[in-house]
Amino acid sequence: MRKVKSVSDLEEWKEHVILKQKQYEMIVSVCGGTGCHAYGCKKVRNQLARAIKKNSLDQKIRLKLTGCRGLCERGPIVTIQPQGIFYQRVQERDVPLIISETIEKGKVLEHLLYDDPLTKQKVTSEKEIPFYRAQQRLVLGKNGLIDPAKIEDYIATDGYRALAKAIFEMNPDQIIHEIKTSGLRGRGGAGYLTGNKWENCRKAPGDVRYIICNCDEGDPGAYMDRSLMEGNPHSVLEGMIIGAYAMGANQGFIYVRHEYPLACKNAEIAISQARKAGFLGKNILGSGFNFEVEIAKGGGAFVCGESTALIASIEGMVGEPRSKQIHTVTQGLWGRPTNLNNVETWANVPLIINQGSQWFSSIGTEKSKGTKIFSLVGRVKNTGLVEVPMGITLREIIFDIGGGPQNGKAIKAVQTGGPSGGCIPASLFNLSVDFDSLTEAGSMMGSGGMIVMDEGSCMVDVAKYFVHFLKGESCGKCLSCREGLKRMGEILDGITEGKGNGESLALLEELAVVVADTSLCGLGKTAPNPVLSALRYFRSEFEDHIIKKRCPAAVCTPLIQYSILEEQCTGCGACKKICPAQAIEGEKKQRHRIQTTLCSKCGSCKDICKANAVMVQ
Amino acid sequence: MNWEGRMDFKHVDTIIEKHQGKRTALISILHDIQDEYNFLPEGALQKVASRLQMNTNDIYGVATFYKSFSLTPKGKHAITFCLGTACHVRRGPKVLQEIARHLEVEPGQTTRDDQFYLQAVNCLGVCAIGPVMVVNGKYYGGINAIKAKKIIEKLNRKRGGVNS
Repeated sequence: MRKVKSVSDLEEWKEHVILKQKQYEMIVSVCGGTGCHAYGCKKVRNQLARAIKKNSLDQKIRLKLTGCRGLCERGPIVTIQPQGIFYQRVQERDVPLIISETIEKGKVLEHLLYDDPLTKQKVTSEKEIPFYRAQQRLVLGKNGLIDPAKIEDYIATDGYRALAKAIFEMNPDQIIHEIKTSGLRGRGGAGYLTGNKWENCRKAPGDVRYIICNCDEGDPGAYMDRSLMEGNPHSVLEGMIIGAYAMGANQGFIYVRHEYPLACKNAEIAISQARKAGFLGKNILGSGFNFEVEIAKGGGAFVCGESTALIASIEGMVGEPRSKQIHTVTQGLWGRPTNLNNVETWANVPLIINQGSQWFSSIGTEKSKGTKIFSLVGRVKNTGLVEVPMGITLREIIFDIGGGPQNGKAIKAVQTGGPSGGCIPASLFNLSVDFDSLTEAGSMMGSGGMIVMDEGSCMVDVAKYFVHFLKGESCGKCLSCREGLKRMGEILDGITEGKGNGESLALLEELAVVVADTSLCGLGKTAPNPVLSALRYFRSEFEDHIIKKRCPAAVCTPLIQYSILEEQCTGCGACKKICPAQAIEGEKKQRHRIQTTLCSKCGSCKDICKANAVMVQ
Repeated sequence: MNWEGRMDFKHVDTIIEKHQGKRTALISILHDIQDEYNFLPEGALQKVASRLQMNTNDIYGVATFYKSFSLTPKGKHAITFCLGTACHVRRGPKVLQEIARHLEVEPGQTTRDDQFYLQAVNCLGVCAIGPVMVVNGKYYGGINAIKAKKIIEKLNRKRGGVNS
């Protein structure tokens, strides 16, 4: 590998890579995101590799496995460049046709194209798919273009140009000024101004400083950081090196969740390649600046997303937060000034340095600049990762990009901000998506989870889910969080079991206030948010559970019953065969019945019934 | 613990040396030990304590605080079921309940025949295709109870016996 020592070295390398890539007539990219892996992208890739070799096309075609392309629900995704053909739900059996028709004859295979549900038309290119049309993929865009294990791919897309610019054309103060004026706010959830944090870290007394990249991503329902770290690790690394140079840090850490093995692996590869190329290690780009990055693996504790707990974890201790009277930028890792930013925040840095703070601050709203990546999941048609400019409305994200309801049931809310956030009802879907508007509505931006809920989601159950989640993840240091969440969980358990009474909600609200007011760290302080926001917007659902002893969404097991509709049952016997509790009786071709006393309410009969005859209420 | 008596902990030394015997590398050391032995055996933890000159209690403190560590041996096939928000709203908990019933274990336990270890986790980060289940490192999306049982039974048949 080349060792880059100047801007011209980097330019030369980039031209060389581009020239080499031009040798290929076609690039076939298979999405290698975890979603596509689940749908068998590796098999498709291997089959393509064999077919390309067998047909002696290896001089003509470059095959690559890229990072996540976002539309995970339609995986495995295969794209063909330069034609810009976008194939979805590709299986091994489709490979011979892709080779013989598309690659050899240039014909588009209709059955692999995306079907626009609105226009009922087949769509050939990515840009025409509604899911991508309203997006602005500044940070995620390169994911689909590069092979994350090849630094050359990153170099070809202007990779490390921002680092060269920062080192050769700017001084640390100018870099910090640029980040400050860009208005970039932390993408991890709190939304603190990144430039201010950097400045405080740089000014903090001491000669040893650290920087940390938080890739713990504990929020359930969110996976933006995972996709960035897996799909484009060099962009995160480049941001970190620029930050380290600006703040005067010589050591950095990437704290990755143990559940993300591919993110760990790709980050390791990126670090080693960057070191060989002279972007990391001693005398970076010949400037005399030294910087090293190590990977620290997390142990699966949600609280370690909190900066002081994360720092304790890197130090090899139990991840308990400490009081933040002295900020981590002054006293962090091993008592030294430490700057911690989220994966997405770091990945925004090269963009700002390359294109300038003015360009960046022209995107978004007055106080929330740039784009934000969301994981749009739950009960919505197009699930996946979306990157949108701040200020877009929830409606645009859920309906224009997400395609609206998944099963025809009306969407009633969206949950943002993970366990620290809350549910926003459909009546507020015209709300602008930015840090401040979401907080005002009783939720928060958080790291970017956006879980859509429809009439089939019970808001009491969702509130209960988060309280139990946080109860399990509370480190136990503060009594109010440790015990308070446990009691709140018990009250919610009671409500969903039909044991709620007139005092349940008042007690729940009282406890919520105490937990929020008397906990030390962010986990406890924000823990009651999911309950309070559910009570604020969906109080009637709680009352239905307490007074009418029924669950309107038919979710809470003790309050529901399964039955078979006589007029719709064809007597096929599928439900009887699948029922694990042997609760279904009925002769072949006769109407079947569920014996409610035996029914375990698992829902298998409803899943298997082709006649839609199983009803739950 | 009889099985521990037959265990050889010389790999523990190699692992500690790989991390230069640093106390701060404790979590990484425990991860490596678990990768090697499939859980954290008592003897290994004692060895770590003496090599790092730490109190065994503190090592247990860390080993029990973080959810990825297990102090008991896991079954041959690891089934990890996601209970993240996206999987939750797509009825993940009901599927998990059915799997647990089918295997006759609670999440966090290994079946009596040591074949399956069932674990429920907070989020696997593949939220778009929930409910998600990971079996021996392979991800399965859009899982319902029927699909899950099929996957489990396929593994069961491979060894020539039928479970439950």
